Amino acid sequence: MTWLLIWPILLPLVGAVLAALAGKRRRLSQGIVIVVCVLMTGTAVALLASVWEHGILSMAVGNWAPPFGIALAADLLSAVLAVITGLTGLAVAIYAVVDIDRLRAARGYDALFLVLLAGVNGAFLTGDLFNLYVWFEVMLIASFGMVALGRSREELDGALRYLALNMVATLMFLLAIALLFGSTGTLNMAHLHLVVANGEATGAVVASALLLAVAFGMKAAVFPLFFWLPAAYHTPAFAVSAIFAGLLTKVGVYALLRVFTLIFSAQDDLVEALFWPVAAATMVFGVLGAACQAEIRRILSFHIVSQIGYMLIGLALLTPIAMTAAVFYLIHHIVVKANLFLVAGVIHRYCRTNDLAGTGGLVKRAPWLAVLFLVPALSLAGIPPLSGFWAKLLVVQASLDAGDLAMAGIALVVGLFTIFSMMKIWNEAFWKAAPADGTAAQPNRRSLQTLCFPIAMLAVLTICVGLGAGPALELAERSSAQLLDPSAYASAILGETFVLAHAPETVAGDLP
Amino acid sequence: MEPFLAVAIGLLVAVAAYLMTDRHMVRILFGIAVLGTAVNLIVFVSGDVTRGLPPLISTGVFGPDQGVANALPQALVLTAIVIGFGLFSFALALVFKVAQRFQTADVNAIGAAEGPFQRSGRADTRTPEPDAPVDQERAA
Repeated sequence: MTWLLIWPILLPLVGAVLAALAGKRRRLSQGIVIVVCVLMTGTAVALLASVWEHGILSMAVGNWAPPFGIALAADLLSAVLAVITGLTGLAVAIYAVVDIDRLRAARGYDALFLVLLAGVNGAFLTGDLFNLYVWFEVMLIASFGMVALGRSREELDGALRYLALNMVATLMFLLAIALLFGSTGTLNMAHLHLVVANGEATGAVVASALLLAVAFGMKAAVFPLFFWLPAAYHTPAFAVSAIFAGLLTKVGVYALLRVFTLIFSAQDDLVEALFWPVAAATMVFGVLGAACQAEIRRILSFHIVSQIGYMLIGLALLTPIAMTAAVFYLIHHIVVKANLFLVAGVIHRYCRTNDLAGTGGLVKRAPWLAVLFLVPALSLAGIPPLSGFWAKLLVVQASLDAGDLAMAGIALVVGLFTIFSMMKIWNEAFWKAAPADGTAAQPNRRSLQTLCFPIAMLAVLTICVGLGAGPALELAERSSAQLLDPSAYASAILGETFVLAHAPETVAGDLP
Repeated sequence: MEPFLAVAIGLLVAVAAYLMTDRHMVRILFGIAVLGTAVNLIVFVSGDVTRGLPPLISTGVFGPDQGVANALPQALVLTAIVIGFGLFSFALALVFKVAQRFQTADVNAIGAAEGPFQRSGRADTRTPEPDAPVDQERAA
């Protein structure tokens, strides 16, 4: 049964090799990608069911018992994120059949896409800090390749910005690992929890906590480290920016949640003091950045930043309900944001541009597209009964429960600005008449059907999460309970006896 | 050994910081590479640097002798070097492509993906472009 853990990682890796071997036979490699995504989702659902039933699963790779070997581990948060990764991956894979042109496909889009998914799933399912670094790198190198596939001036420039900052962030991560390993002598995250929680907060531990905050914060695009994101996400192909927007920053958020609730669970004062201003500033600056943009994907990119702030409220308050809100927000946001980028691609097909000035008249030309846009847009803005409403409600409720009026106020005002941005896109692209000198085009019917099927699929998912908020909320609640109980995680990975034997003492070793 | 390495790491970080403030893309990239070397050395130092005792366990014994170096950081450094090398070569290729397309290596002069107010035109030049560089490559 622990074998379930390996499939969401192994399947896309094998698929990537097959897709690379398929080479120029495009239909074949597209088929491989879609089949792999379906299988991946299936195994992830099985994994989620198993974790739901039996609690946290772990597996020692190569049968080297933790903390010595590399452990894979899945709690509810990891498992549910693997499921969402599969679903989003499937939607984008179908979309890419039409959206990715021959040139980009010939440069290996399909293989890179699957490597990216393997990296994302690996990051979600690993229980080892250095292994997390390796999965980040896998993800990073695949995303570098994908962002530079088209080689137009915009894409190259965007790729350069994306690359430079992410390479520095990666080095910060490695440095933090070195400091942490030097002062604790272990890399297993559960074991790190025991050692750090039982020892005193040495300088090296605090320094590595801050370095990890910077490294993951840069990936998650939090204030003040988010500048690379709006500079890069509007340049690549729409399928590429959709999968990036949906998943990549969220891996950063996941890593922040994991590391700061597990390894540094004892440093909760530091975590709250660090993430309160970061969460608030990320929400505010992201949404203000979006307000002055006039290109659809740029607006959406700034909204990614702003929404990351909502997820960090979980770490800023560290209460069970705040963590529930963060988990719910994470799940809701991946689906909605990827979907909005997919819609932006269809708008581009109708108007040949994504600059709001050049778009218009779509409510008449494509009324069904207007509906498909409204579902994720209203969900993002937090209109009931869509998933975003429950996410925002939880966030505000968590802030009020913690007696934090300021945070609740910021969350509400930022929500208002989000509606403003969505209305801006709606008014300009859909409602107003098409500009007289616009560059309108009529995309062909068959490719539209292929493009809109995944959009509809994700929209239905959003509606389902919104209407079936009860089960989704229970899932989020149980995930947050697991996140806030790191000692249970530790005993699930390391075994009850190990934890009891090692709990009182600090493992020897200090920074030379 | 550690004090010497500490000074060396400090120097490397200083060099890296200096290089990364430059406007030339290749120098920035070299700055990142040097910073990578510094971080690799830190990982290496974190496992105790000792002379003469290989971290091997003799048969019939359940642990290494006292005072051996920790072998794990060396494995980690090896992984990090390989990954860093891959990233660096990709980045170099990308920088080369960018320099080719923009006819400059000055990061301040490259701004195709920048600024909300710079691009006011309606026609999106992005779509037909991907084919252009290939033609150039073929012609070359």
